[in-house]
Amino acid sequence: MTLIAFYILSTIVVASALFVVAARNPVHSVLWLILAFFTSAGLLVLIGAEFLAMLLVVVYVGAVAVLFLFVVMMLDIDFVALKQGFQNYLVVGILLALALLAEIGIVVAAATFGGGETFNPNPGGATNAEALSNVLYDDYLLLFQMCGIVLLVAMMGAIVLTLRSRPTVKRQNIAQQVGRKRKDAVELKDVRPGQGIP
Amino acid sequence: MAGAELGLGHYMAVSAALFTIGVFGIFVNRKNIIVILMSIELILLSVNINLVAFSVFNGTIMGQVFAMLVLTVAAAEAAVGLAILVVYFRNRGEIAVEDVNVLRG
Repeated sequence: MTLIAFYILSTIVVASALFVVAARNPVHSVLWLILAFFTSAGLLVLIGAEFLAMLLVVVYVGAVAVLFLFVVMMLDIDFVALKQGFQNYLVVGILLALALLAEIGIVVAAATFGGGETFNPNPGGATNAEALSNVLYDDYLLLFQMCGIVLLVAMMGAIVLTLRSRPTVKRQNIAQQVGRKRKDAVELKDVRPGQGIP
Repeated sequence: MAGAELGLGHYMAVSAALFTIGVFGIFVNRKNIIVILMSIELILLSVNINLVAFSVFNGTIMGQVFAMLVLTVAAAEAAVGLAILVVYFRNRGEIAVEDVNVLRG
């Protein structure tokens, strides 16, 4: 039963990955990418790594794919021109992919893995999330914090890169605002009745 | 490995296929940097699947921690890459990667 589910999910993953690279329209590519992420989350659920699966859905589908979708739809690009030369590279690409696959196969066939005997998705914990958090907040705390720093730096980099200052847009100048004196802003006039201010 | 039971080999096969498709996508879509970035995401996804599969089938949790780190780097890479892409498009009005070397002296 698990094996059937695995075969179905893995077929969908590989097919949607192929559609990602072969789709004519990048918007369709992003949608196929979302399908690939969802089904690979399913693959991870099959072997009991639920937390990583949920993380995959949240981070990849919820953040990365939506980011891609926004950028693809925001930029006004001639997609047809970008697809030029697809046929030229196709043969070379297929040959290269086959060579890479063969290399991976050779390495995997030659190596011996100690895996397969002890199937245990959550060692040292009742659930997958508990097992993960036991080491993540203990042994790998520094690594976890550094992940946060990486994300912070990436966020600041993205903001700084895309921020642009247009001269026509008026912005708040806080120093100017704070440095303002009373005499710059308010003026006392002795207004006579019936005459107004000249 | 190819018994009736779901094993490490199954997951390694899927991961290898995804990795190969990702590299193939980079080579085929030479002009479209958006699809290149998506192919990189596919490659990182295959790495994640492989890490988690090894972690689960070996009974050690470390692989899943590494997968989380890879996930972090993938998110950061996508954000910065797309920001660079937006700036490049704003400056040039197109995203053909073949003209990126215009700065070369």
